[in-house]
Amino acid sequence: MIALRAVTKRFDGRLALDGVSIEVRAGAVHVLLGSSGSGKSTVLRLILGLVEPDGGEVLVDGTPVTESTRTALVRRMGYVVQDGGLYPHLTAYQNVALPAEAHGWPPAQTRARAADLGAMVGLDEDSLRLYPRELSGGQRQRVGLMRALVLDPPVLLLDEPLGSLDPIVRAELQSQLGRLFAALGKTVVMVTHDIREAALLSSTITLMTAGRIVQQGAYADLVERPAAPFVTQFLTAQTLAPGQTLAPGESGAR
Amino acid sequence: MRTLVAGVALGALLLHGSGVSGAQDGIIRVGSKSFTESYILAEIAAQVIEQAGEARVERRLGLGGTGITYRAIASGAIDLYPEYTGTLARIILKDPALRTPEAIRARLRPSGLTMSEPLGFNNTYALAVRVEMAERLELRSIGDLVRHRELTAAFSSGFLEREDGWPGLRRHYGLSLAGVRVMEHALTYRALASGEVDVMDVFSTDGQLERLRLRILRDDRGFFPDYSAVLLARRDMAERFPRTWARLRQALEGLLDDRRMSELNAMVDLDGKSIPEVAAAFAGAAQPDAQGRPGIVTELYALTLDHLVLVLVSLAAAIVLGMPMGIAAARFRRIGQVELGAIGMLQTVPALALLVFMIPLFGIGKGPALVALSLYALLPIVRSTYAGMIGIDRHLLEIAFVLGLGRLARLVRIELPLASISIMAGIKTSAVMTVGTATLAAFIGGGGYGALIVRGLALDDTATILAGALPAAAMAVAFHVVFEFLDRLAVPRGLRR
Repeated sequence: MIALRAVTKRFDGRLALDGVSIEVRAGAVHVLLGSSGSGKSTVLRLILGLVEPDGGEVLVDGTPVTESTRTALVRRMGYVVQDGGLYPHLTAYQNVALPAEAHGWPPAQTRARAADLGAMVGLDEDSLRLYPRELSGGQRQRVGLMRALVLDPPVLLLDEPLGSLDPIVRAELQSQLGRLFAALGKTVVMVTHDIREAALLSSTITLMTAGRIVQQGAYADLVERPAAPFVTQFLTAQTLAPGQTLAPGESGAR
Repeated sequence: MRTLVAGVALGALLLHGSGVSGAQDGIIRVGSKSFTESYILAEIAAQVIEQAGEARVERRLGLGGTGITYRAIASGAIDLYPEYTGTLARIILKDPALRTPEAIRARLRPSGLTMSEPLGFNNTYALAVRVEMAERLELRSIGDLVRHRELTAAFSSGFLEREDGWPGLRRHYGLSLAGVRVMEHALTYRALASGEVDVMDVFSTDGQLERLRLRILRDDRGFFPDYSAVLLARRDMAERFPRTWARLRQALEGLLDDRRMSELNAMVDLDGKSIPEVAAAFAGAAQPDAQGRPGIVTELYALTLDHLVLVLVSLAAAIVLGMPMGIAAARFRRIGQVELGAIGMLQTVPALALLVFMIPLFGIGKGPALVALSLYALLPIVRSTYAGMIGIDRHLLEIAFVLGLGRLARLVRIELPLASISIMAGIKTSAVMTVGTATLAAFIGGGGYGALIVRGLALDDTATILAGALPAAAMAVAFHVVFEFLDRLAVPRGLRR
């Protein structure tokens, strides 16, 4: 479905990705895990065709992502960013309707779709009439998710979608995302630095640091068979006390 | 400044104008220079033409100096204006040897121009001093100044630079003064009366001479040339309206001597009578107001509409032009820098000079004024559009691409609304600025409130200047208020604070 093959990317001479290969099967929830600056967001931007690789290639459904193919390929992808990435001059509803409008949907169809999605992500109709600055962080994120799902794309790309939320809302949305991924069966690539999120949502994980892949596999593989000391270090450093890990049985939404 | 204006306009003579003669459409356009006597003579001519009933009159009074008025008549932007034989021979035809009206008229023929016989008075340059100083120092003629090198002088810029003015006079008499400076003519009278300067150039028909106790120094060595007033006209006008041209000559030729002209000038300059009123008294017309000539309220109303047209049309043009330019500059950064630099340079040209540059290209009147004002209004709009566009979060633009919005949709639905606060700020600045700049349009016959300011400056009449300046200030404030309101319409609610 989505594949990166030995991709190298430099920004102003600095190596952001160094020979990265990732394979995401259709229907998988693949989490890109790593600290900030590890290059995981760049992977998403490469898949979207927002940046071009300096070496290697990026494939979506077997088609290389290039200047000439990216416009067509991007129609198969929904994109969610931190804090929703909403347009401040449009109401929540107008934000959600934007892709439908761009594809010439009749307004009635758009309204019906927005109502369905609102129910799915748990956003009431009144909130859709508000402007982004009038919404809470969690509401903004739900609107961003609705917007990414309007056209029902087979691929969903999420870049730290819950990064700016407080812990309670975050936990709530994490489990909601888990249910959503399971229900929709989309191919998901999600960037996060949150281990709990990765444990909860992923079917496979790529752990990165400084533009290189440290280990790929299921969460349980990383916990039980760490490929390098860094893996254990990373998994235990965050929210849990040293030496403690989530039990493998707790992981995964499916 | 007047020298600059005249110089540029004279340079413009070399380029050939595209003006069409106004006489073609049943209208005779009467122009004048921007001093009292020229206004009065032009107004008299205008009233005589109206009496003749053959053509309608359009007044384009107070155009500026010789360069502008001659350029205007040569290009057909005006059909008629009062001129002086000395100016025609020396400045326009550049042949001081031309002495008789016949000789001058013959030389004007190839340019499609003709002129009347002299109107009677000789408004030549002269030097004036305070009477009590003249008596104390025993000054009677210009030659007497040679003995008093301690005196200071203030001359109009024309006199200071013209060969038939100070440079020639100084050589002719061997004069040397302690200080010579340039001053606006109307102000120099005050400076002379208060003793700040001792000598000034005057015209022999100045209305102020008698009443301000000034003495004219005799030109004992005959330096100053003859400056007999005549009407300079386009030949096609004279041929098209022969009855009117005959009537003009009959009404004016030989009928205005020095004293009569001084009186008329004094009635305007010192008694505060209106020019149409004074002209009517001479032309034997009924009282101008009774004739339906506009009063100050009607005039202000007309000028307000005029000014609004100037501001709104040039602002609209600047928006239509400036926004795409700003967008282009943001899209293509390198070309954008060149573009912004060029527009920035345009802004460093003083507004008045920019207006004058328009004369060789578009003639005089509203058209060239609108072009100049539009160019002037451009910079704030281009800059603010550019700033607004490059200030947009790059992330939001990428998302627009991912959402499947095409180039146009991205521009219209995303970029312009997000840049709207900045763009509106630029348009607001431009609007308020243009209300002010538009007062300068009157200097090239573009009308608007500036017409009162130009007239007030020419007549040294503060009330008239204020009658033009205050409404302009009020309009600027009004524009500010209106645009605050338009902000609410143009800036999306989600962006407002």
